[in-house]
Amino acid sequence: MSTVRRNFGEFQVTGLTHAYGGVPVLEDCSLEVPRGKLTVLVGPSGCGKTTLINILAGYEAPAGGRVLLDGQPVGGPGPDRLVVFQETALFPWMTVEQNVAFGCRVRGMPAGEMRERVQAVLVKVGLSDFQAKYPSQLSGGMQRRAELARAMVNDPKVLMLDEPFRGLDAMTRSIMQEFYVGLFEEVGRTNLFITHDLEEAVFLADRLLIMTYRPGRIKEVIEVDLPRPRTFQVMATQRYNDIRQHALELLFEEASKAFEAGSKAAFDLVDGLARAAGRQ
Amino acid sequence: MAKRWLNRHALRGLVSIVAFVVLWELVVVLKLPYLKFLPLPGQVAASLGQSIASSAYWQDWELSLGRILVGFLAAQALGITLGLAMGISRTARRFVFPIFEVLRPIPPIAWIPLAIIFWPTTSLTIYFLVFTGSFFIVALNVLDGVKSVDQSLVRAAYSLGAKPRDVFWRIMLPATLPYVLTGATVGMGVTWNVLIAAEMVTSAGQSGLGGMTWAAYTNGVLPVIVVGMLSIGVAGYLSSALIRFLGERFMPWRRRI
Ligand SMILES: Nc1ncnc2c1ncn2[C@@H]1O[C@H](COP(=O)(O)OP(=O)(O)O)[C@@H](O)[C@H]1O
Ligand SMILES: [Mg+2]
Repeated sequence: MSTVRRNFGEFQVTGLTHAYGGVPVLEDCSLEVPRGKLTVLVGPSGCGKTTLINILAGYEAPAGGRVLLDGQPVGGPGPDRLVVFQETALFPWMTVEQNVAFGCRVRGMPAGEMRERVQAVLVKVGLSDFQAKYPSQLSGGMQRRAELARAMVNDPKVLMLDEPFRGLDAMTRSIMQEFYVGLFEEVGRTNLFITHDLEEAVFLADRLLIMTYRPGRIKEVIEVDLPRPRTFQVMATQRYNDIRQHALELLFEEASKAFEAGSKAAFDLVDGLARAAGRQ
Repeated sequence: MAKRWLNRHALRGLVSIVAFVVLWELVVVLKLPYLKFLPLPGQVAASLGQSIASSAYWQDWELSLGRILVGFLAAQALGITLGLAMGISRTARRFVFPIFEVLRPIPPIAWIPLAIIFWPTTSLTIYFLVFTGSFFIVALNVLDGVKSVDQSLVRAAYSLGAKPRDVFWRIMLPATLPYVLTGATVGMGVTWNVLIAAEMVTSAGQSGLGGMTWAAYTNGVLPVIVVGMLSIGVAGYLSSALIRFLGERFMPWRRRI
């Protein structure tokens, strides 16, 4: 089904180092985000996931290390590497349609081509009937989809998502996970998805990167060979549970470290993980 | 829906107004100390009728509204421009802000004597005073607006390929619009205060609603004083309503749904 593979990129990140006020956040962090795959990065809150994405997107320059996109070093932010953030960053004064068209418009795409592309993407994310609405008139799930559309329409080489479904209620969140995984399976593209939710991570991923806490680097890469297309049935399989259990053990160590370092957010994670482990 | 709203709330409003007029009538009829010189509601109504029929009354309206319009629009134009400049360029802010700090705390009415001396005509004097009344408020609100533009939106825009020019026109400006509206609303209130005071002081014959009210005082025509006051109230209300209307018109995304 995937048609346009021409524009998919891949990241090669080596020896990334970054610190805030003397506290090392990333240290010698190396990873790969391979072409056309859904890579999920999972780690406890505060381990530096957002910092990493900000560097990859070009919002921040790393203190050390190298980021290559298709072999070229990345500079400032650009439409070839787009991020969907946790907090909605839709422009409140633009309708859904205007939001989605923004990238094409500022880059001077001819009106006809722009309209065609925008409409196609709006159909894809199921927002055609809501294109004249303002973001404040949409539900949380629709806002997320609008934001996905606004990024996708630009056909970025890499699509990055930083905990995009955090803050949605459990029901909407499940719906969005299934919607997103379906979208990925249809379009392909290189995706880097960030989360601190392990179940979400295993469900979505082709490759799972487990990140360490302070300093942040990649602890292990797990190839998730669950079949696609994915539905929630996969969560009932033995293979899913094996992968999840393995990742859980790795993550638990890191979450405990974060907890001992006094991260309140990590406490919730440790708590949740402990309960999940107890259930096994 | 609309009908029930009318019944309930309009009725209560009507009752309160009627009660107020009755109380007013009583106060005068019973010759309460200090208040016995008030004109009767009926006298005010009659005087209002006469005013409405006279062209001089409407010329006062025209004069006042014209002064508000010129002074206020000038304050908006300059205030918004300067506010944006200060918000965007640190250099501009460093140059202009100290002057602001000195001039802003001066109540606009305190400018009256100097303005009368400087400006050759009454009209220019009043335009200037009206301008001064809202200029600082507008500029500071816009500056505040530019400073509180959500940086994640700016970041998103640059990511999507926007150039600084796009960010200014498509992000900064619309994000600042609510602050422009706040500046205009507050500024309009101050503007009427300043206008009326200025008209009363500079009053020479025909001089707007403020001048008319003051002239009625010097001539001892009490009902006309009240007519003037009511007219000023209505004018202020209409100006605020117009601004609110424009605000909703230009910021459809903030409309309650
Ligand atoms: N701009 C910043 N200034 C100072 N410290 C920061 C900044 N951004 C993040 N940090 C710190 O860096 C660490 C990693 O943050 P972040 O990358 O947001 O983690 P994550 O996204 O994994 O939760 C945290 O301890 C956080 O407090
Ligand atoms: Mg984060």
